[in-house]
Amino acid sequence: MRAFLLALVLLVAWQAYAKLGGIDDFLLPAPTEIATAMFDDAGLLWSDFQVTAAEVLLGILVAIFLGVACALSIHLSQTLRQTVYPLLIASQTIPIVIIAPLLVAWLGYDLAPKLAIIALVCFFPVTVTALDGLRSVDPEVRKLMRTLDASRLEVLRRVELPWALPAIFSGARIAVTVAVIAAVLAEQAGSSRGLGHLILQAIPQFETARAYAAVVILAAFAVVLFSLLTAAERLALPWAHRSQVEGERS
Amino acid sequence: MTAKTVAKPSHREVNGSAEISLNDVARSYAGRNGQVQALDGLSLHVGAGEVVAVVGPSGCGKSTLLELVCGLQSPDRGTVSAGPAVLMPQRDLLLPWACALDNAALPLRIAGMGRDQARDQARPLFEALGLEGFERSRPDELSGGMRQRVAFVRTLMSGKPILALDEPFAGLDALTRQDAQAWLVDALTAQPRTVLLVTHDVEEAVVLADRVVVLSPRPGHQIAALPIALQRPRKRTDPALVALREEALIALGVDR
Repeated sequence: MRAFLLALVLLVAWQAYAKLGGIDDFLLPAPTEIATAMFDDAGLLWSDFQVTAAEVLLGILVAIFLGVACALSIHLSQTLRQTVYPLLIASQTIPIVIIAPLLVAWLGYDLAPKLAIIALVCFFPVTVTALDGLRSVDPEVRKLMRTLDASRLEVLRRVELPWALPAIFSGARIAVTVAVIAAVLAEQAGSSRGLGHLILQAIPQFETARAYAAVVILAAFAVVLFSLLTAAERLALPWAHRSQVEGERS
Repeated sequence: MTAKTVAKPSHREVNGSAEISLNDVARSYAGRNGQVQALDGLSLHVGAGEVVAVVGPSGCGKSTLLELVCGLQSPDRGTVSAGPAVLMPQRDLLLPWACALDNAALPLRIAGMGRDQARDQARPLFEALGLEGFERSRPDELSGGMRQRVAFVRTLMSGKPILALDEPFAGLDALTRQDAQAWLVDALTAQPRTVLLVTHDVEEAVVLADRVVVLSPRPGHQIAALPIALQRPRKRTDPALVALREEALIALGVDR
């Protein structure tokens, strides 16, 4: 509710600034104009949104899968931790904006390069949080598991993985917010569809309000995905949520 | 894990028995300010089915002793030989996502048993400890005393003949602790095991044990042993028990 109020206040301020500040509509359209554009171009925006949404959802799935797989292999093998981990960190310094057109030229104009770019941007937060989660297991629990003769795999399956799930969810929540940006980047690098492509086209056509409408849709999409993940975590991991609440109380 | 394969001439052997034998054991660990000599010259024998309580001042190496017995560490000097032992730590360490019955049945699941079968096997003991009706409760829905019961069922379900109890009731309030000591006596009467119980609580030691072993301050070694030949269940107010408690306190040097 408070978030809604804050958004309202910001919108009113924006409206006032855009209308009364003498800013050109092509530079900063007022919220009312963006709303009009959203209504007028609804069909166009909707079809492009579907394309981008599919890319983001698939990209997130690939990123979570890759992130957890990387975290697991690094966690289980000291050799991989020493050899692969530095490479993963290095991969995060790749200037995606510049590399993206090359990826498109290499992988084609369809879904593949978008997934590659989204996954490249998003797997890392999942890897790092999952790895921290796997390592955060209470050492006393590890000792207990050893006296119960649990194998390495049993410890992973019965203790470490469930233990890491809340952290993996946190990583996924970070990932969804950047996934939307990554999708737009990927589309701008070479695409004939999607909201990123729409924005790229709208700006030189002086359809700034339409571009902003696309941005609003992307932002709303990220917020919805984030909330859905939070809700899914509460449903799937009620124990983690409850102990968290207890921790806050104490 | 690697420490196990790169075993220094390992002085710890696991045998099929239910006995514990430590002979002139020394063990140090890396503390914040260099090496800490936890145990030195400790010898201790626990016969099959015997309940031995170890009391001693803080930091006298009691936890190190239990880890040696459980095979989590090897001695620097001397020999440790013991049958298969399972650890019950002070904190219950129940898995927060699993229900109480599944926590109790964890050792069976680790041993490869299916979920339903493991639950069925754990259920009788679970109910014997008064946990009936709480099978589906998650640990955070249980009181401290009940969590410790679940942890104890888990310990017994490992099927190991030796129980290494590391101050299992230290985290409970006084009333709950007395209750816990009572069910521990009942459970051990029904299912005798060899028990090595480390505790700070001298009264707990004389109430539960067949023999109380007093350790010196660090580096720990045995300085007194008090056989307790009283019938169970024991009354805390029994003059004989009170006298033994005083004797143990004198051995600890805290009776003033």
